[in-house]
Formats: sequence, structure tokens, C-alpha cells
Amino acid sequence: MAFDIVQFLESIVKLEMFDYLSKVWAGDVPSWLINGVSDIAGVLIICTFNLLIVLFLIWFERKIIARIQDRIGPNRVGGRYGLLQPVADAMKLMTKEDLTPAGADKIAFNLAPLIVVVAALMMWAVIPFAPGVSGTNLNVGVFYILAISSVSVVALILAGWGSNNKYALLGAFRSVAQLVSYEVPMIMALLIPIILAGTMSTQGIVIQQSIWYVFVVPLSALIFFISALAELGRTPFDLLEAESEIVAGYHIEYSGMKFAMFFLAEFIGTLFMAALFTTIYLGGWRGPGAVQYPILGLFYFSLKMFFVYFLFVWIRGTLPRVRIDQLLNLNWKFLVPLVLALILVVALVSKTMEGAEEWKTAAVLLLSNLILGLLALDFIRRYARQQRSESEEVVEVEETIDTQTVTTAAH
Amino acid sequence: MLIEWQFILIFAAIAVVFPGVPILIARFIRPSKPNPIKQQTYECGIETVGASWIQFKVQYYIFALIFVVFDLEAVFLFPIAAALNQLAFFAVFEVILFVLILAVGLAYAWRSDALEWF
Repeated sequence: MAFDIVQFLESIVKLEMFDYLSKVWAGDVPSWLINGVSDIAGVLIICTFNLLIVLFLIWFERKIIARIQDRIGPNRVGGRYGLLQPVADAMKLMTKEDLTPAGADKIAFNLAPLIVVVAALMMWAVIPFAPGVSGTNLNVGVFYILAISSVSVVALILAGWGSNNKYALLGAFRSVAQLVSYEVPMIMALLIPIILAGTMSTQGIVIQQSIWYVFVVPLSALIFFISALAELGRTPFDLLEAESEIVAGYHIEYSGMKFAMFFLAEFIGTLFMAALFTTIYLGGWRGPGAVQYPILGLFYFSLKMFFVYFLFVWIRGTLPRVRIDQLLNLNWKFLVPLVLALILVVALVSKTMEGAEEWKTAAVLLLSNLILGLLALDFIRRYARQQRSESEEVVEVEETIDTQTVTTAAH
Repeated sequence: MLIEWQFILIFAAIAVVFPGVPILIARFIRPSKPNPIKQQTYECGIETVGASWIQFKVQYYIFALIFVVFDLEAVFLFPIAAALNQLAFFAVFEVILFVLILAVGLAYAWRSDALEWF
């Protein structure tokens, strides 16, 4: 087939460039070879995109946090807006000496940063970027994502254990306690869109979202958002690497490029959670005209993904850190019972209204979500009141003790 | 359906190489002058006493155990959730019963102070 520029442009709009180019140039090559090459190309595109976008995201985050904190942020490197700041950071980290502490477990120490990045990258294989475009359309997409995100937890223990440092080990344990605790509400919150869509495949969930799920089950979206923040170890849940407090937790002993790998994995993971939230709750690539012109679908997806990333950065710049016992209490005593109740309510409602029209089901689900959310807020209010009255009792007791000591001293 | 996992295999093979490349490049660029003082364990300036693989609180283990129970519950709930459209109405009651049994477990752990961080 001859190369036709008009058809090539059409294939770009339809995001079928590979099919078109393979038909033009390799008409009689066996199809398994073409599939293999296009898979390899897809992997390279995803990995390169991630590495390059992290450069932009570091700059974006620093600028936004700076503006929230009433300062300017990087503005020297690379022109007036400091656009090459992340490049300077990367070059600095690359030229630092790689100190391995004496007595460190070499295999564990060196393997941990690699596993963290590999896990963060491999989750991108099932995200649908446009109609018909995703790494692969697994029928258990969401399940695969949850499985891979549990692998990165193992890497933390390897990092802490292999560092030959008591505080790295303790930091690693606390990190794992937090990450592992918050996986439970995340998994359960992801069950709810699966009930609504009837499939675990990410592309399938996007196709089923004629009404975005954030408007149908907002409580589930909120629980997933909070658990994602805690899974990534971002403020307000970032006591694992509290940069201004306990040095660095499990990556105390890392320097140079290996530290850069942990850093990279955090940014890739954050962007991935933004992409996952977009896919499951904000309708992924859906938007006006996305099915006819898939490149518009890619555009909508990017827009929504960067908006959710902006929300993550906004929350980081605004909220203070929580303590570890507050963190774990929030999870096991509030989020997990709430998400279990939510699963029951959604299963009941969606099964009861099975034959009804779509907007009626959506409205009833929305209503039940809001009622459950208000009940949860009521519980919080009552708990806070109880806490306050307990702390007031303690203050009163202390004051009476003080007056007694004063009177006895006067005698 | 199994053929769709071919992409994952290729991804795993390439993604394992990807973080290795910058580390390998950095090995040729960075200085390497190890001496025993630099390689001491970091503890904010003071010297470490004793081995680094210390005992730790049992609380970490308890949280991991509770996580395992709830993770398995989620694993069992996933197929039911994906197929809830095609099941009879009675399936909802079965789901409710399943979740309630595990919620009773959570309530027991709560009351016996297993969820406290001492």
C-alpha cells in the first residue's frame, strides 16, 4: 500500500497509527511480529512518557505549593519560571556519590529502589487513554492494579531492612503499617464502581459511565481519594518521610540515583492515582465527541488527570500532618466501617433498582450516599465532642491538684 | 483472554531494565571515594550501639494480620461485585451476611484494643 498523507492524518485522529503504518510498510510480515513490535513500542512510550512527565510534575508541584505558601518557587534555572529546575535536580542526584552503609545487606539495599519503580510503572499497563487505546484490555484490570500496588510495599521493607539502620527499619515498619492499613478502604472503595459497572476491566468501567460515577457514588470517590493520598504517602499522611522531622524514614541511607528512584516512584505513583481516579470516577476519556475522534478522548483524559493531580498538590500545600495513631484510628475506626456499610447499601440499592432507568438508579444511589455521609459526619461530631469533654476533665483535675499543692505549701 | 497478558510480560521485561539504566549511567559519572567514616550508619551524629536488627513492637504484626483478613475478604468480594448484575436478588443477602461476619470480627478487634497504637 502506498503512503497517503490524508489517511495517515486520519489514523492519527483515530489513534490507529500503528495499524496504518504496519499496513503500509509491512504488509506481509506475520501478525505476531507486528503485535510484538507494537507492544514493545507501547511499553517504551508509556515508560518514556512517565519519565518525562515527572520532570514537568516536579516543577508544577513546587510552583503551586510555593504560591499557596505565598512565595514564588523556582525562578532561576532555565529562564524566569525555573522550568529546567527538575533537570538540574536530576543532574545533581546523578552526580552524587552512592554511599552504601557498612554492613548493609547488598541485595536488599540495591533491589528496593528498582522494585518500587517497576511496580509504579507496571500499573500503567491497564489505564485506558482513549477509546480502544490502552496497554492491554485485561478483564481483571482493577484487580491487577491492586495486586501490583501491594508489591511496592514489599520494597519498603527491603529498603528498611537492608539499610543496617535501626531508624530506617522502624521507619519502614511504620510506612508498611500505614500503607497496608489504607489498602483496605482503597480496595473496598474500588468495589463499588465494579458493582455499578458489572466488570473489573478499566476500559469496561469507562464505557459504562454514561453518568460519571463521582456524581453517583461521591462517598466512594471521597474514600478512594483519601486512601490514595495515604497510599502514596503524601500530606496529610506523609509522616513516613516527614522531610522536616524524622529525616527520611526508610530511605535515610540512600543517596544519589537510588534515592532518585524512590522520588521518581512517588511521582509516578501520584500521577497514576490521579489517572486511576479519573478512569474510575470521572469517566476517563469520556467527553463530547470522544468516540468519533479518539484523539479528543486522549485530550479529555489528560485534562481530567492533571486536574486531579492539581487537587493532590493543593491538599499537600494546605493541610498539616497527622500523627500515626490518629492516622490508624482514622482508617480502622472510621473508613473501614464506613466503606463496609457503603458496599452493603450500594449492593442493596443497585440490586433493588435493577430494571429501572439509569437516572433513577443514579439518583437513589446519590441520595443514599449523601445520607450515609451525613451519618458519618454525625459520628465524627459526636466523637470529637467526647474527646473534647475528656480533655477538659483532664485540665480541671490538673487545676485542682495545683491549687491543693499551693495551699499545702502555704502552711 | 490469556493473550492479553503478553503486554504485561513485555512490560515487566522492559520496566525492570528502565530504572537500571540511570543507575548504570550514574555509576560512570559519580565520584566513588568510600572511607569508613562516611559509611557509618546515620543516627543524627551519635554513634550507634548494638546491632541494627532490633526487636520491634508487636503492634505492627497485629495490623498486618488484620490487613490480611480484610484483604482476603476483599478478594472474595471482587467476583461477587463483578457478577452482581447476573445473580438473583438473594445474592445481596449473602453479601450482607458475609460482610457482617467480618464486621463482627472488626468490632471484636476494636473492643479488645487490638487497633490501638501504643
